[in-house]
Amino acid sequence: MSTTLTGTAGNAHLFPSRDPRIAQRLSRRRKRINYISKGLCIVATLIGLAFLAAILITLLWLGLPGLHLSVFTETTRPPGSNGGLLNAIVGSLIQTAIGTAIGTPIGLLVGTYLAEYARGSALGNAVRFVSDVLLSAPSILIGLFIYQVLVNPFNGFSGIAGCAALAVIVIPIVVRTTEDMLRLIPVALREAAAALGAPKWKTTVFVCYRAAIDGIATGVLLAIARVAGETAPLLFTSLGNLNWSVSLTQPMSSLPVTIYQYAGSAFDDWVQLAWVGALLITFGVLALNILARLILRPRH
Amino acid sequence: MPETGTRPTIGALEARASAGLNAPRISIRNLDFYYGANKALKAINLDLPDRQVTGMIGPSGCGKSTLLRCLNRMYDLYPGQRAVGEVLMDGENIIAPGVDLNNLRSRVGMVFQKPTPFPMTIHENITFGVKLHERPSKAEMEERVEWSLTRAALWDEVKDRLNTSATGLSGGQQQRLCIARTIAVRPEVILFDEPTSALDPISTLKIEELIDELKRDFTIAIVTHNMQQAARCADQVAFFYLGEMVEVGSATQMFTAPRERRTQEYITGRFG
Amino acid sequence: MAEHIVKSFEQELKRLQALITEMGGMVESQVALASRAVIDKDAAAASQAVDADPAVDALEREVEQYVIRLLALRQPLAQDLRHIVAALKITGALERIGDYATNVAKRSLVLDQFALPYTLTGLAHMSRLVQENLKTIIDAIGENDTDKALQVWRSDEVIDEIYNALFRELITYMMEDPRNITPCIHLLFIAKNLERIGDHATNIAELVYYAVRGEPLADIRPKGDSSAYAVVRPPRA
Repeated sequence: MSTTLTGTAGNAHLFPSRDPRIAQRLSRRRKRINYISKGLCIVATLIGLAFLAAILITLLWLGLPGLHLSVFTETTRPPGSNGGLLNAIVGSLIQTAIGTAIGTPIGLLVGTYLAEYARGSALGNAVRFVSDVLLSAPSILIGLFIYQVLVNPFNGFSGIAGCAALAVIVIPIVVRTTEDMLRLIPVALREAAAALGAPKWKTTVFVCYRAAIDGIATGVLLAIARVAGETAPLLFTSLGNLNWSVSLTQPMSSLPVTIYQYAGSAFDDWVQLAWVGALLITFGVLALNILARLILRPRH
Repeated sequence: MPETGTRPTIGALEARASAGLNAPRISIRNLDFYYGANKALKAINLDLPDRQVTGMIGPSGCGKSTLLRCLNRMYDLYPGQRAVGEVLMDGENIIAPGVDLNNLRSRVGMVFQKPTPFPMTIHENITFGVKLHERPSKAEMEERVEWSLTRAALWDEVKDRLNTSATGLSGGQQQRLCIARTIAVRPEVILFDEPTSALDPISTLKIEELIDELKRDFTIAIVTHNMQQAARCADQVAFFYLGEMVEVGSATQMFTAPRERRTQEYITGRFG
Repeated sequence: MAEHIVKSFEQELKRLQALITEMGGMVESQVALASRAVIDKDAAAASQAVDADPAVDALEREVEQYVIRLLALRQPLAQDLRHIVAALKITGALERIGDYATNVAKRSLVLDQFALPYTLTGLAHMSRLVQENLKTIIDAIGENDTDKALQVWRSDEVIDEIYNALFRELITYMMEDPRNITPCIHLLFIAKNLERIGDHATNIAELVYYAVRGEPLADIRPKGDSSAYAVVRPPRA
């Protein structure tokens, strides 16, 4: 009986004391460091925001004056004849849409494979590594690759080649977001579905996808935003077309390429149109980003 | 105790005889379980009496959850985990290769530690499992949804919002939805893996009342860290330690006069 | 058995045991005083025994409160539960023993006013055995000693037999001379009270046995009290 009373209870009185002055000094020091790091963060943020604001202001400043209805109704014309950007806008929409339509399902399936079937497997790790390399590969390389595969053998630049190049860019983005989003789903949810007797594919399609749909959709939107502004892969593939063409086998115009061609030209009206195109792409991408955020919002 | 390791069935038989336990629905015989090379269960022998509650207690890592996951072969989801021995249900060894897992899991349902509502409506949460195994007509399905939610004591709370998202329910409601979802499949056995560890005391009592109610129709096994819960819910209690089943007996015997010293120490809080 | 992880609970259990043994000690001395009052005609001892009773009653209430608190706050299981419930019942038994002792002491005062025509050897023997049993069982409580409990449980039979003999003896005295009736009735009640004290000691023995072993004392207790069937007829004139 006596052992319990003396054993640990006796030591309880030897509670280590502390010096309040040291605590105060440490506290002051922590606060100082806190102020400094906070200040640095704010400055860095402001610098970033300043650049962004400068870009947007420049775009609006130089782009808005040229923004007329004719931009959307007229195709590109020789300098001095008041053309628009219709062929470029439509070309961009077509290539982005088809590129996304090809890239998304492939990316989705690969991402699903990585998250659901290939956890920890050598093949899965290899695929993930390659996909990540592709994600950060310079887009001009992708353009060159498609040039070799789809342009050279068929003797000519074409819209479909542009679509393919964009699809290759879309794939790794969708792979990464799909895998990340599926991995965020708790194991318990998969087990719960399995415990009801659901086969794996049903669990994946009806439970996991539904849980991850917001994240995956956001990934796709971000991929669209990314490819909508790509120039380099299109230079070697769909080339650009100054005339109206919606044929996938012919060279096809697109906003980024048109901007690239017009902005460096010596004609003031072309330069003006390039700024308008830049403005359209920027706000298109911005709109997509905002849409992505709106989709994600109800969850948080 | 070494005795229970080698000749435990006799203890189990005695316990059943003294506690008025029913005939076994599931009989576990000489079950070993491995996580890779690590042996997590050693020669387990245990009977789950029909339409009664078997409580499994023991410190973390003692193997009680592992044993539960053998009964519906949840371990099959993970490579490297394997069970050796027999788990007999209707004379069939359900851990043998070649057993239809989806069919097995429709017979042995499971409710987990954390509520896991699917990201669907309340209604779809129920129908998801049912559709996996049956093709009921629309009317039958509606009847099943109401039946299962009523049995899970949730119907009155959700009947007006069956088509809203299940994730909007409270934790206790979500757990009862998971129970409803499980019984909607009409299993014979329900496994509860610490079903109330994430719930407040009142929700916990509701689940316990539910278990008491469900045992009229289902054979139930419940793993719990809460000794009082095992005492309240279980007809039969098994104590596990370091992958062995140390002792099994009626809840009354286990909580008033356990035979083994280790059981006694664990139950009274004098452990290691 | 290892210590409880919650040290304060371990201490509370020990305090409960200490309370019970303390109460046992008080009751033991009460019985000793009452016996001395009867056998040695010691009026001072008698009043001491009577005066001790309120303290015993107060201790019983304290133990009751303490047990209720332990049950509510600690939700004990297995041997903790058995010990705590046993403590509650033991305290009740001890309180009854205290009451019997008080009653014996009071009757001893009445008895003092009569000249007894015979010795109290049988009663003295009985009270010695009862006190021995009481002491042993209170030790058993303090030491969780089931052997001592069994010893008490078995030896109650002897007490019962002495009581039967006394019963017949006292009836005989009463039949011999009606003037003996008053002192003999008192002596009979005293003997009965001592016998009851012995019974409560065996009850406590059963409680101690169950608390420690977790199984009830299953055999039928040896019972020697046959006075309920005793018939003593006056000799035919």
